[in-house]
Amino acid sequence: MVTATPTAEARVWEALRGIADPEIPAMSVVDLGVIGAVEVSEARIHVDLLPTFVGCPAVGVMRQQIGERLGALGIAERVEVEVSYDPPWTSERISPAGRERLRASGFAPPVAAPSVSGLDELMVLSVAECPYCGSRNTSLDNAFGPTLCRSIHHCADCNQPFEQFKTL
Amino acid sequence: MSDLSPDARAALAELLLTMADDELVIGYWDSEWTGIAPMLEEDVAMSSVSQDEIGHAAALYEMLAGLTDTDADAIAYGREPEAYRHAALLDHPRTDWAFSIARRYLYETADAARLTALAGSSYEPLALLAGKMRREERYHLMHVDAWVRRLGEATGDGRDRLAAAFEQLGDDALTVLGPLDGEAALLAAGILPQPMDATRAAWLERISGPLTALGLQVPSGTPRGDGRTAHGDDFAWLHREMTMVSRSEVGATW
Repeated sequence: MVTATPTAEARVWEALRGIADPEIPAMSVVDLGVIGAVEVSEARIHVDLLPTFVGCPAVGVMRQQIGERLGALGIAERVEVEVSYDPPWTSERISPAGRERLRASGFAPPVAAPSVSGLDELMVLSVAECPYCGSRNTSLDNAFGPTLCRSIHHCADCNQPFEQFKTL
Repeated sequence: MSDLSPDARAALAELLLTMADDELVIGYWDSEWTGIAPMLEEDVAMSSVSQDEIGHAAALYEMLAGLTDTDADAIAYGREPEAYRHAALLDHPRTDWAFSIARRYLYETADAARLTALAGSSYEPLALLAGKMRREERYHLMHVDAWVRRLGEATGDGRDRLAAAFEQLGDDALTVLGPLDGEAALLAAGILPQPMDATRAAWLERISGPLTALGLQVPSGTPRGDGRTAHGDDFAWLHREMTMVSRSEVGATW
């Protein structure tokens, strides 16, 4: 039974919006789309944390920060942060604001997830829009970058190398 | 979860262990390329792919630990080498670049067939995780496909080594999708939506075209029975390496 007032739930979401992605701090965990189902009652706050990549090493840090921040609100007796794949995180979960913040930090946002497979899928995954000049005349240099969720690209128009938050 | 029969539960535990061990062991072998790959981009790529695999292994060990009420780290690092259940394909050392690429191609494509099947599993946590891992593995497939074409279409030493590796690994590759202990129970419960034989056939159909076009050997025949239990000296060496930290300070946390 949910006995909490909407205010408590709103305070939870507000606190979540104040937690930065540890790897791309310009974006909050809410903008990143890693917050799944949230349940708030006087007994507990339960948050599903949807990892971007299964092996993401930042999951532990996010989990801890969410637990601490929500615990400090004093709304519920306990806070549970559960890693979940239901629904699976996809790059479409990044909010419009999150995509803007990515761009402003020099990252190309992900493109729409491919509905095709094989070689066509490969083509889709290598598309990126230069975050500096907006050109699509770019090439994929490496599908793997400094973290699991980032790939490396080059813009042929402004000659700038840049990273993309991978399409997943 | 509670409605699983004891047989199905035991067989599911075995299935999770085989998958987790596969991912952990290939993740460790290929992480050895960090710093010494043929080019900088490949240092980054192989390290990133290996990090994914070890992350997948961790998620599978966690699921197994939850199912059997044990500890994921203890399963991952607390066993003797003979208790690991990775396939024979993963028992070889990284050897040279062409060998690592051939092995990775065979493994990634087989793993993709396995994940595709398991995305339809009746055991929902596994179906969700398999679906999630599959999305990430697309990048691995993209990477290794490009390398097999690059070496396979070349002439000289690189191509020769690649062709020799496919010949050497063919029989062992079959063991990734060999029949499982308790497969009947898994099929009856719908945990495994189709027999491993069917998954193996789908995998072979997927790779035979591209490999034949490049003049590379396609695995054929039946997987041998001890493919996940008979491990050699190379794995004994890797096991010592990968358990070094956990053995040096038993029970330590950080």
